[in-house]
Amino acid sequence: MKALNENIPIETEQIDPQEVKQELLRKYPTKVARKRAKQIIVNKVAEEQEMQEIGANTRTIPGIITQRGCTYAGCKGVIMGPTRDIVNITHGPIGCGFYSWLTRRNQTRPDGPEDENFMTYCFSTDMQEENIVFGGEKKLRAAIQEAYDLFKPKAISIFSTCPVGLIGDDVHSVAREMKEELGINIFGFSCEGYKGVSQSAGHHIANNGIFKNVVGLNDNVKEGKYKINLLGEYNIGGDAFEIDRILNDCEITVVSTFSGNSTYDQFANAHTADLNTIMCHRSINYVAEMMETKFGIPWIKINFIGAEATAKTLRKIANYFENEELKQRVEEVIAREMPEVIKVRDEVRARCEGKVAMLFVGGSRAHHYQELFKEIGMKTISAGYEFAHRDDYEGRTVLPSIKVDADSRNIEELEIHPDPERFRPRKTNEQLKKLQDEGFRFKDYDGMMREMSDRSLVIDDISQYESEQLIEIYKPAIFCAGIKEKFAIQKKGIPMKQLHSYDSGGPYAGFRGAINFYREIDRMVNSKIWKSIKAPWQESPELAAKYACD
Amino acid sequence: MKSKLLKTEKEPYVATTDSCKQCAPLGACLAFKGVEGSVPFLHGSQGCATYMRRYVISHFREPVDIASSSLGEKHAIYGGGPNLKLGLKNVMAKYHCGVIGVATTCLTETIGDDTPRLVKEFRDEFADELECHGNPSIVNVSTPSYAGSHVDGFHSAVRAIVDQLASNVPAMENTVNLLPGFVSPADIRYLKEIVHDFGLNPVVLPDISETLDGPAASEYEKVPSGGTPVASIKGMGTALSSIEFGRCLANSMGAANVLEDRFNVRSRRLGTPIGLRETDIFMDALKEITCRTIPIKYELERGRLVDSYVDGHKYISGKKAVIYGDPDMVVALTSFLTEIGIRPVLCATGAKSQLFKTAIKTVTEEILDESPEVLDNVDFYDIEETAEELKPDVLLGSSKGYKLSRKWNIPLVRLGFPIHDRFGAQRICQLGYKGTQDLFDMIVNAVIQAKQDRSPIGYTYI
Repeated sequence: MKALNENIPIETEQIDPQEVKQELLRKYPTKVARKRAKQIIVNKVAEEQEMQEIGANTRTIPGIITQRGCTYAGCKGVIMGPTRDIVNITHGPIGCGFYSWLTRRNQTRPDGPEDENFMTYCFSTDMQEENIVFGGEKKLRAAIQEAYDLFKPKAISIFSTCPVGLIGDDVHSVAREMKEELGINIFGFSCEGYKGVSQSAGHHIANNGIFKNVVGLNDNVKEGKYKINLLGEYNIGGDAFEIDRILNDCEITVVSTFSGNSTYDQFANAHTADLNTIMCHRSINYVAEMMETKFGIPWIKINFIGAEATAKTLRKIANYFENEELKQRVEEVIAREMPEVIKVRDEVRARCEGKVAMLFVGGSRAHHYQELFKEIGMKTISAGYEFAHRDDYEGRTVLPSIKVDADSRNIEELEIHPDPERFRPRKTNEQLKKLQDEGFRFKDYDGMMREMSDRSLVIDDISQYESEQLIEIYKPAIFCAGIKEKFAIQKKGIPMKQLHSYDSGGPYAGFRGAINFYREIDRMVNSKIWKSIKAPWQESPELAAKYACD
Repeated sequence: MKSKLLKTEKEPYVATTDSCKQCAPLGACLAFKGVEGSVPFLHGSQGCATYMRRYVISHFREPVDIASSSLGEKHAIYGGGPNLKLGLKNVMAKYHCGVIGVATTCLTETIGDDTPRLVKEFRDEFADELECHGNPSIVNVSTPSYAGSHVDGFHSAVRAIVDQLASNVPAMENTVNLLPGFVSPADIRYLKEIVHDFGLNPVVLPDISETLDGPAASEYEKVPSGGTPVASIKGMGTALSSIEFGRCLANSMGAANVLEDRFNVRSRRLGTPIGLRETDIFMDALKEITCRTIPIKYELERGRLVDSYVDGHKYISGKKAVIYGDPDMVVALTSFLTEIGIRPVLCATGAKSQLFKTAIKTVTEEILDESPEVLDNVDFYDIEETAEELKPDVLLGSSKGYKLSRKWNIPLVRLGFPIHDRFGAQRICQLGYKGTQDLFDMIVNAVIQAKQDRSPIGYTYI
């Protein structure tokens, strides 16, 4: 057997992606194949050419083992999980709360020992049969009272699991009543698992809830000349800490992060920032839109994954504030950080150049991490998102043509108007125009496909089965997805890097994060272990016999 | 953190804070993973399969495929039948599996899907396709997440497998059915070795020894090899006897009871064999079934274990332990700790179990004057509250007790499920004389290390 991890890019070039697509679809029943065909695209790159349409954000087919989670997972696990001082109560049977109990490796850093941190707790109403039959509102009310008595938190939020919606418990009215009674902010989320196509629906429900119930409640203006919000950064493995370090050195103030290392007060205060910067476009772009309408804060897309991308992001923020002192400060920080990055990058690049990667993860990571691979000379030949929508693939220009289906209609679309007291345009129309004329882009996201090479395979909601076929054909040097895929891929002799929870590593954002990532990928793709899968006597029996005789 | 509680009366808390149990479908999936060629299938929202996969995988570090019928809002209203059938068809087509284990979830139980009927309909409607894919068996089990815990889900699934597949078609000579409950792959490997050494052919159900602890393979298999072969399950009705572990398992939940009632295969219900006494009983049962003497290998293992009990006694005697986890594991560990001179001060489980208290009494009363505190249906908040006053020296249980270990600065010996902050959970062997030996060494060393770490000097001769 050939060593499975042997990677020969020339061979990769010879593989016809159209044929691969057909191979992936071959075993599916006709109807399933037809649906999947729309979600598997052979990328074409040509100037001025319209993006191909990809099927995305459509329901997973039953029995096809998907990477996707549910609405509850997106709402409670992803968005609200990283906030440390809100007591999150899962209203439902015990499993959902247990499985979302700090499992994403989202980190937090309380200010001091007195600072509240409920993140290590898992609160659940642990619904029993009688609650399903007779309703669970009474138990929920008592659970809220109990949480209040024990912890006296600033806020309590309630997450609905599947049976809650089915039996008709009204978590919102319970929240309202208890808010009135206890005098703290209490709000509920209708994030039943069966709603929506994937966790993406849950992100939306969570963000709408925070926007509606928390943002704008605290008008204290933080010190600092350049104030931004960091949206869609979840502090996995400490990413937000590294980003904060860099921004801090640039003297840029982060008012709030949605939602890595966040607190209730940060959310309440978010409307006082002067710029919204978006990391994960998928999970939060609508919040930026709503904040612009309601408070007048413009937004830009940024990316701290990749050293070059980090530098670009810092310059973009500095350009927005149009301040020479800031621009100079940013250049100093970049100049200070880059030498170490370049040293490690070049060292690692010598060993990784030309190898190929595949990324199937998240709603932005499969795109962002291509930057890091590029920096060490590795090419992404296939990628796709787990729960993204068409605009994350094709760019925001496609937004008007996305069809609204029953699943999207399920998610409340908030009607937003300028806040009579708090709306304050951060730039005049002239200033905005001037910036744009100079090439500055607001609300800019071109999506993943434009930045991927010709003939690369873009696959939405890849299934376990397709992943296995794909690595069998291409034998990439590395495959990136989540823990569910990790061991199946590695059993095939391909190193698998978790880009949800980073295995046990991180941070990978910013400059130091880039260094961590280069070293991690070097370690993985250049490991010798894969050659030992077969014992020497299995590999070449004659040789073993010879040694034995000698 | 505020941990002082307001309630002095023992009135149960309303909410569950830091649960010490998982939900029933997870247990069912684990049981189905132990059948050869099987793909677990959850009838419900796709999030259940995803969450349980990620959780089980983080413990075993192995591929775990669990399919789902991926119900949406529409199906929650109109019923999940069409999705279930389509899902089953797709799993059959792609996995060519021998068994599909369908477990329900809170969603499908709440909407009242009649899953056994839907499976039957599927068998009738798609007979040709089933034929074409090698006639996989479809086993179904009802596991509403709002009733019972993962322990109940596990046992319900084992019972359903036996109930729906076992017959009296002979498969092998000299077989004994072994129903070990939820133990580790390493435990199962060792149990099989023991039974073989008595000259018997073990049918272990479920057998996760390879499916959840597989070798690095040059050829990847879609459904991992290993697991109890369906043919062997079909022959369970012809075995010489059944041995089922679990002092907390009600007869109405025992799979061996089904075999006894239906095929007259004698059921021997034993405690999970951890420690000398429970392993002696297990060895005795095998001796009785085979009319053979105990193989010398086990006499030696036993002898070495007793020898180590003597040697290690000075380190651990009188230490106080808190044990938490699945009822039968806690009972077995309590039995073991009692005999080595560690005093169990609190035995706790998140599961509801009427037999738990009696079982703890049974395994401790010969040795202890005072019964330990026993709590079922509790969470870590309750455990903390009770244990705080008992001042334990050591904790035994899953990773989820780490918070208490950190707070009280005492060692946590990680056992049971889930273990996701240590390496090698699937290889922990704690059953039989040899497993107990490993466990004993681990506990003694944890106690020694704690003493060493607390010393301001740093002695190496301790």
